Amino acid sequence: MNEAVIPSAALPKGPFGLRRNLLPAVLFLAFALAPLAVAFGADPFFQSILIRIMIFAIAAISLDLILGFGGMVSLGHAAFIGIGAYAVGILASHGIEEAHVQLPITLAVASLFALVTGAISLRTKGVYFIMITLAFAQMIMFFATSLSAYGGDDGLTIWTRSQVFGSDILGNRTIFYYVTFAVMLGCYLLCRAMVVSRFGRVLRGSKENPVRMEAIGFSPYRFQLAAYVIAGMMCSLAGFLLANQAEFVSPAYMSWQRSGELLIMVILGGLGSLHGAVIGAAALLLLEEGLAGFTEHWKIILGPLLVLVALFLRQGILGLLTGKKNND
Amino acid sequence: MTDTPLLRLDGLTKRYGALLVTDNVTLDFPEGELHAILGPNGAGKTTLMHQVSGLIDPDGGQILFEGRDVTALPMRERVRRGIARTFQITSILPGFSALENVALAVQGRSGSSFRFFGIAASEKALNEEAAKLLSLVGLGARMDILAGALSHGEKRALEIAIALATQPRLLLLDEPLAGMGNEESARMIEILKRLKQEYTILLIEHDMDAVFALADRVTVLLYGRVIATDTPDAVRASPEVRAAYLGEDAA
Repeated sequence: MNEAVIPSAALPKGPFGLRRNLLPAVLFLAFALAPLAVAFGADPFFQSILIRIMIFAIAAISLDLILGFGGMVSLGHAAFIGIGAYAVGILASHGIEEAHVQLPITLAVASLFALVTGAISLRTKGVYFIMITLAFAQMIMFFATSLSAYGGDDGLTIWTRSQVFGSDILGNRTIFYYVTFAVMLGCYLLCRAMVVSRFGRVLRGSKENPVRMEAIGFSPYRFQLAAYVIAGMMCSLAGFLLANQAEFVSPAYMSWQRSGELLIMVILGGLGSLHGAVIGAAALLLLEEGLAGFTEHWKIILGPLLVLVALFLRQGILGLLTGKKNND
Repeated sequence: MTDTPLLRLDGLTKRYGALLVTDNVTLDFPEGELHAILGPNGAGKTTLMHQVSGLIDPDGGQILFEGRDVTALPMRERVRRGIARTFQITSILPGFSALENVALAVQGRSGSSFRFFGIAASEKALNEEAAKLLSLVGLGARMDILAGALSHGEKRALEIAIALATQPRLLLLDEPLAGMGNEESARMIEILKRLKQEYTILLIEHDMDAVFALADRVTVLLYGRVIATDTPDAVRASPEVRAAYLGEDAA
C-alpha cells in the first residue's frame, strides 16, 4: 500500500528540483563564459579577479562541506590554503616544478595535517572546536613565518609556475582560468554527490543529532573526521592555484583573518548549499574590490553590511535569490 | 542457552559525587519479557537505562548481554549487538523526513556508510524496510513529513520505528507515553502490545495502567536500589512497595 509513496519520498526534495539546479547552472555557465567578455574587450584585470574568486570559491565550497553539512565551525580553514601554496613554493624553490609531483605532495601534506589536527579538534565541541582549529592554523602560520630559508615573514616568490609535463601552459591566463574553473566545478560536483550519498547522510545526521546517530550505531566522529580530511585536501587545491596565480606565497595566506573571510563567504552566500559558497566568494571579493575603489576605509562599509546580512538574510544571498529559507 | 538471560545486570553501581543513583542493582531480563521499571522521580530509572544502552558508564558492576560482558562497549557497539533505545526526551533528526530518519537507521546495519557516491535517499532496500516499520507504528501516511513537523505523539512513534530499524534484540523505552494525551496514549499502548510479541523490552513508564497492562515483570527502584522485582500483581500487593511508592496511587 505504501509502495506508491516510496519513490517520491526517495527523491530528496531539495537538491534535485529544477529550482535548485537552475541557479547553480546559471552561475557556473557565467563563469565558463566570462573569458569571452575579455576577448570582446573587457579589462583583462577582470579575468584575474574572476580567477581569484574561483580560487576562494573552491576553499569556500570545501568549508561549506564541513560547516554547512557537518556543523564543524572551523576558524582555521585557511591553513589548508597555506599548505597548498607553500607546497608549490617550497618545491619550486628546489626546482621541483612539475604539477604531477607537486599536486600529490600537496594533497598528501594537507590530508596528513587534516587527519592529525582533525583527530584532535573533533574531540571538542562548539566554541572549543572553533578555538582549537584557530590554534592549529596559527601554529602552522608561525611555523611558515619561521622558515627563513623560504622567506619567513616576507614570503616566497615563485619564479616558475607549475609545469604540466614540461610545458608552461599554466602561464597562459585563459588556460589557467579554465583549469581553475574545472577544479571549482569538480569540487562542487564532488561535494554535491557526497552530501546526498550514504556518507553525506550520516554526516548531516551527525550535525543534527549526534546522540541519535550513536544510538543507531554510527560513530559521528569517524564521519566528521573523514569529511574534515576531504575538505582540507580540497582547500589545499585552492592554495595550489593561488600560489600559481600570485606567483608568491606568504604566511598571510593562512592568517585567521583569511579563515574568517572564508567563513564570511560561506555564510554570506548561504550555508549548506555549496553553490552559495561560490556566490559568497564572488560577493565578498567583488565588494572588497568595489568598495576599495571608493575609499581606503572600505571595511567601515563592509562591516555593517555583513551585520545586516547576518540579521536579515538567514540564508545569505542565496535566500534572497530564491526568495525563501529553502534549506533543509 | 535457556539459562542465560538476554540481559543481566550484576552489581551495577553509579555515583554522582556522594549521591548513589544506581545502588548495586542486580537483575535478570529473560528473553521475550516486557520488564517495566517503576519508581518515583529521581529513583535512577533513566540513569539505569543510560548505563544499559552505553550512554554513560557505570562506576561498578557488569552488564552482560547474551552472556557476554558489554560494560566497556560504547553505545554504537551495543546497538550493533542488538540493544536499541528511545529517549525520555524524543531524540530524532528533525530536519530529515520521517522516512529518512528510519532509512538512516537501516543504513547503519546494512553495508558500509563510507560510500561517497550514489544517492542514499533513493536506495530502495533501505526505503522499503523503513516504510514497513513506519507503517508498523502507524506513520505509514506520514513518511514524507519532516520529522520536526510531526506531532509529539508521532515523534515518539517515529523514535520507536528508528530503534526497530536497528533490528534490536532488546528494546529500551524511556517513558514512551510521556506527555501524551489519552488518545495518543491508547494508540501507543496498542503499538507496545504488538512489539511485545516480538521483542524483549525494558520499559520505564509512569503511567501505572499502562505498566500493569503490559508488563510481565515489574521492578521498583527507590534511591537507586531495587526494592521489589516480581510479577505486576505481586508488586502491586507488596506492602513495602505500597509504602514506598504506590502509596496513594494504588488506592
